[in-house]
Amino acid sequence: MDSNDKALVFGEDVAFGGVFRCTVGLLERYGRRCFNTPLCEQGIVGFGIGLATQGYTPIAEIQFADYIYPAFDQLVNEAAKYRYRSGGTFTAGGLTVRAPYGAVGHGGHYHSQSVESFFTHVPGLKVVVPSSPAQAKGLLLSCIQDPDPCIFFEPKMLYRTSVEEVPVGEYTIPLGQAQMLREGADITLIGWGAQVHVLAQAAQAVADADGISCEVLDLRTLLPWDVQAVTASVNKTGRLLVSHEAPLSSGFGAELVAEVSRRCFLRLEAPPVRVCGSDTPFPLVFEPLYLPGVERVVDAIRATVRF
Amino acid sequence: MALRSASTQLLGRAGLLPAAVCNAFHRCMSTSDKFSVEVLPFKAHRIEPPNNVVETSIDELVGMYELMYKMRRMEIAADMMYKAKLIRGFCHLYDGQEAVMTGIEAALTKEDAVITSYRDHCQHLSRGGTVKEVMAELMGKRDGASKGLGGSMHITAAFGGRGGASKGLGGSMHMYNRQANFYGGNGIVGAQIPLGAGLAFALKYQKKPNVAIAMYGDGAANQGQKYEALNMAGLWNLPVIFVCENNHYGMGTAEWRAAKSSTFYTRGDYIPGLKVDGMDVLAVKKSMEFAKAYALEHGPIIMEMDTYRYHGHSMSDPGSTYRTRDEISTMRQERDPVERVRKLLLAKGYDAAAIKAMEKSVKKEVDTAVEESKAAAIPPNEWLWRNVYVAPANMDMRTVEGTYVQPTYDPTYSS
Repeated sequence: MDSNDKALVFGEDVAFGGVFRCTVGLLERYGRRCFNTPLCEQGIVGFGIGLATQGYTPIAEIQFADYIYPAFDQLVNEAAKYRYRSGGTFTAGGLTVRAPYGAVGHGGHYHSQSVESFFTHVPGLKVVVPSSPAQAKGLLLSCIQDPDPCIFFEPKMLYRTSVEEVPVGEYTIPLGQAQMLREGADITLIGWGAQVHVLAQAAQAVADADGISCEVLDLRTLLPWDVQAVTASVNKTGRLLVSHEAPLSSGFGAELVAEVSRRCFLRLEAPPVRVCGSDTPFPLVFEPLYLPGVERVVDAIRATVRF
Repeated sequence: MALRSASTQLLGRAGLLPAAVCNAFHRCMSTSDKFSVEVLPFKAHRIEPPNNVVETSIDELVGMYELMYKMRRMEIAADMMYKAKLIRGFCHLYDGQEAVMTGIEAALTKEDAVITSYRDHCQHLSRGGTVKEVMAELMGKRDGASKGLGGSMHITAAFGGRGGASKGLGGSMHMYNRQANFYGGNGIVGAQIPLGAGLAFALKYQKKPNVAIAMYGDGAANQGQKYEALNMAGLWNLPVIFVCENNHYGMGTAEWRAAKSSTFYTRGDYIPGLKVDGMDVLAVKKSMEFAKAYALEHGPIIMEMDTYRYHGHSMSDPGSTYRTRDEISTMRQERDPVERVRKLLLAKGYDAAAIKAMEKSVKKEVDTAVEESKAAAIPPNEWLWRNVYVAPANMDMRTVEGTYVQPTYDPTYSS
């Protein structure tokens, strides 16, 4: 907001600070550049695309990712295709859409969904998911500066639970690059967002109990994803486990497994496995049963290693 | 129950005084007798409003009072249960708005269809559900309206009312009742409005003398899909009554901050509308009777109910950061819908002791419902994989223990 006077922050309730306090203080510091919109997701994103084509840097908030669907058409058909269809005349690249996503313990059907895979299927968009505060700052700034439209999914469970030192001042984390959180030899575990912490716990558990050495990758950007880092890791370990909260079928794990299977086929020691949410609507009381928790990941690690 | 002086009572019983004489000369009244009450005049858009005199009776008011009081006590109990962490997730309370749904029910039958937003606990009650079904659903128990599967926003009563609302599957936002044509309970803002138009289409197609009520709030009034529904309803003359429960705040945003025009009853443009004092159950009843007759003959109409919610948007919202406590307490003192009916009953000579007895009985019902819900069972794990599809997909689901289950289909949840 300081360095770019064409940056605007808008969405439902952002002016008072937002339902997750992400925009606290912006109204006071930047006045009219941080403003509330009415309750109309399709309008919010469409409006943002219009601004972007005029060279503005709109940072639109969708209050919960579960509500992003009315804006799906705008994102897929307008934002993603503007430059392509106009032969480079216009671009919606200045647009960044932020949305809290993911399980939070009691969110039920409409405050818990993971929607990333719908958007990773859209050429023209970028999809980014941080897993910690320091990641969030660097990745968000990269999205805002990125010349393509970006969707930034913030794992809401981590707003309160994830605490770390964050460097003051501006810095960016490159998009399209995964980060290795733990080096290992026996199996590659890939996740993003809050699930990365589940993988880290599982990795420690099997290290302690079974002496299995896991390499944990935080993908960070899903579209485009870091093919090099992933294949390098799987070529080293020979095994792959992908885990996400979103339902199993056609979740983003499917893309990773398909591509790794092709590229690393001869190196693989075991079939790549996905540990994911059930193919059901996100439940209310059954949330612990639905989610890919540490126990399920551990089971899958052991089964894969012993294949 | 007749209100008579002792002497006329004696004479009347002895058959010595005909009822007409009794009525004319001795100010005695049966509780089913009609009398008139004046309500706030209606504001009208593109239609001639009904007059503001409403006929009612003691009997009717007593019934309304009991329902509204029950709604009030239930929501207060839900508040306490939420604070005690027995209800988790999202919980949107209706206290303050009781007159709207009660008045609507007074004008409708259970053959008319109702669909609303996530603020749906009281709709479940008014459509014939029990406090137990609502409470159990909020607590995520299998006896709940949606079998504990929907939660607060998704209250429904399933077949034969086995257990409760959505069997603990829907939770607070998802209460439903098929027999009473209550289509829930919707978490996504505004999504229920086009659904309401569809309900109306089906009713008209089947040539039923019934209407669909699509309820939404002042926040949802700015959703695009509302206008799509209005256009379709207008184009095809659907018997749908769009009820905007204007409690003046969309979560924390005052109506004037979110809407260019906050005269919601006019926002249907070519579709007529009425603005009604939503804190007065009799005004609501009269306007809805008018609306139903209009909708059946002509097509859609918008009803803006000027109402108020005492609680915040949900239990996560204290409700006082965007409104003054003065505003809330003034509303309670001057326009409380439940108190208004109570005062009217007393003014008409209804026995205060009878009111107290009824209140006591309602409190007991609510307390019992809470206790039973606390003790009730949560839905069994197998229900996670039930009823996603009719013919379950060819896919085994892995459980936490490492076993596999086949998804199932059984809308009765018989096991």
